[in-house]
Amino acid sequence: MSDAILQVRALRKSFGGLTAVDGVSLEVRCGEVVGLLGDNGAGKSTLIKCVSGVYQPDDGEIVFDGAAVTFTTPMEARRHGIETIYQDLALANNLDVGANIFLGREVKRRWLGGLVHTLDDKGMEGQSRKTLDSLQIRIPSLTEPIETLSGGQRQAVAIARAVYWDAKLMIMDEPTNNLGVPEQHKVLELIRTLRDRGVPVILITHILPDAFAVTDRVIVMHRGRKVAEKVTARTNPEELVQYMVGARDDAAAAA
Amino acid sequence: MTDRGSTVARPGAHGAGASSSVQRLALLFSRMWAWLFLALMVLFFVVAVPLSTGGSVDFLTIRNSQNILVAIVPVLLLGLGQTFVLIAAGIDLSVGWVMSLASVLSALALRDSFNSGAPLPIAVLAGLAAALAGAGAIGLVNGSIIAKLKVPAFIVTLGTSFIVRGVAYLMSENSTVIGLPAGVRAYGNDALMYYITGPGGGLYFLNRPEVGGELLRRMEMIFPYPVLAAAFVVALTMFLLHKTQFGRHTYAIGGSMDAAVRSGIPVDRHLIKVYILSSATAGVAGFLSTLRYTAGSAVIGDSLLMSSIAAVIIGGVSMFGGSGTVIGTVIGALIIAVLTTGLVMLNVDAFWQFIVVGAVVIIAVLIDQSRDLIMGKQRKGAAL
Repeated sequence: MSDAILQVRALRKSFGGLTAVDGVSLEVRCGEVVGLLGDNGAGKSTLIKCVSGVYQPDDGEIVFDGAAVTFTTPMEARRHGIETIYQDLALANNLDVGANIFLGREVKRRWLGGLVHTLDDKGMEGQSRKTLDSLQIRIPSLTEPIETLSGGQRQAVAIARAVYWDAKLMIMDEPTNNLGVPEQHKVLELIRTLRDRGVPVILITHILPDAFAVTDRVIVMHRGRKVAEKVTARTNPEELVQYMVGARDDAAAAA
Repeated sequence: MTDRGSTVARPGAHGAGASSSVQRLALLFSRMWAWLFLALMVLFFVVAVPLSTGGSVDFLTIRNSQNILVAIVPVLLLGLGQTFVLIAAGIDLSVGWVMSLASVLSALALRDSFNSGAPLPIAVLAGLAAALAGAGAIGLVNGSIIAKLKVPAFIVTLGTSFIVRGVAYLMSENSTVIGLPAGVRAYGNDALMYYITGPGGGLYFLNRPEVGGELLRRMEMIFPYPVLAAAFVVALTMFLLHKTQFGRHTYAIGGSMDAAVRSGIPVDRHLIKVYILSSATAGVAGFLSTLRYTAGSAVIGDSLLMSSIAAVIIGGVSMFGGSGTVIGTVIGALIIAVLTTGLVMLNVDAFWQFIVVGAVVIIAVLIDQSRDLIMGKQRKGAAL
């Protein structure tokens, strides 16, 4: 597939005697939301941590944006454009929205011929506002520390940051956990917006309604193996549950 | 907010923890209480001092206000550097003795360069350079061990404070460096302006008027040089903390080390710079004390460490990192100086000042914590 942004081939990762990911292959194309489903311990987080540079796979290949890659740190993956939105979000709660979106990449104004640099807070705020608006994220004040924001709003800030810096692939690990119902809807809406903008998303979840709400395809893992890959429109929750609990297994059926 | 399923969608309701006006008011108070406290305290002494002395002594005179400003200079300078360190979620226990070492080093450099023929202004600059270089080196060592070897800041700076103490004593040979040129006195004690009240008086700039007797007693100094120097450092640190990337990264590291690292901030290098800055402001304090006393002293900074940390805490810098301002530290230092001066003028036993300052520190932290309570948050443990 030429338009595949991410290809994972026969990826394997074990910890001691435990094989957490056992020869999984998958593909993510531009502008598509792929759900990665599975019960706790199915290996979905380990798989994704191999892609985002937290773990190094024992075997297999990762091709990102047309080139084989090996990431030794999450920073490296980020530099390639793989943004992971973790549950802890990695935001500085004591700083405001603009400061967070531009953290580590601040916009500066030069004075005295470049001798003195000051922060361009107004400029960063303006850019932040634009990005938030384009994602239809509503945050009343961009100048308050983000600890005053709700969980969903903070989630949105993390996503806006990734969007502003041109993420080529967004990985979201259980993004609706710990959110109220209206906020869950907001985040799902945001995922749709991302897809419409052509940003591919891998959505890790064990909540079936979330998967059916936003994904184009779903991949189900069970005990480290990929047991199913379905187009979301052509499957149903009952079927997916059977895969998730190990009652059905396409890979074994094919073998 | 976090309760799945029970949340009713109210437009505009999801969001800000500080939404009600009562919360906003309480929040405002918790942020501004130090200003309020300082104002009330000044007001109290303005009323109480004349009352207790039968009207013969006033609190808010030119002389007294200038005395207070001169008194806060060393505590303030130590506190300014410490402000950055605490915001970055560290602590620097070495600044007191770094100030002492800087005082000794600057006295030696000043005396020796003057004795080998350098003109006085050059010798004074050599003293400043020696103070900054010596102090900066200690900061570099502190920061490197803390950032690169991951030893807790508390331990590292405790260790270096002992080492620096030893070095300062050894270099001063008997705790005091004397024999400085007499002209140094003017650098450390003269003022920007002089004002002679009453008949035959007037306002003089830069040059100390050559008067004696009655006129001398009526002469007031306005903005002594050490105060100007401290004001310059205040402006510089204010700019650095609130207007530059350096300040932003300091807040980020203290607020969330994880976020700072993942944002690609060079955390190790930044922390080293923060400890160098902390040492440098202590270095300036040591240098100014050498000018003030026309002598280098290896004991000058010892007693100031705790006062400086108290000033920073009263000023609202969080021990957990991530929040605080330069102006807060200035207010904190002013509160301590006003308190001390006022109590002395009320003829209260000098030892009471410690008891009061201690109480104010604890109250300051309680107010800081109540802010989190208002916001409905819990603090993580301190990472020293």
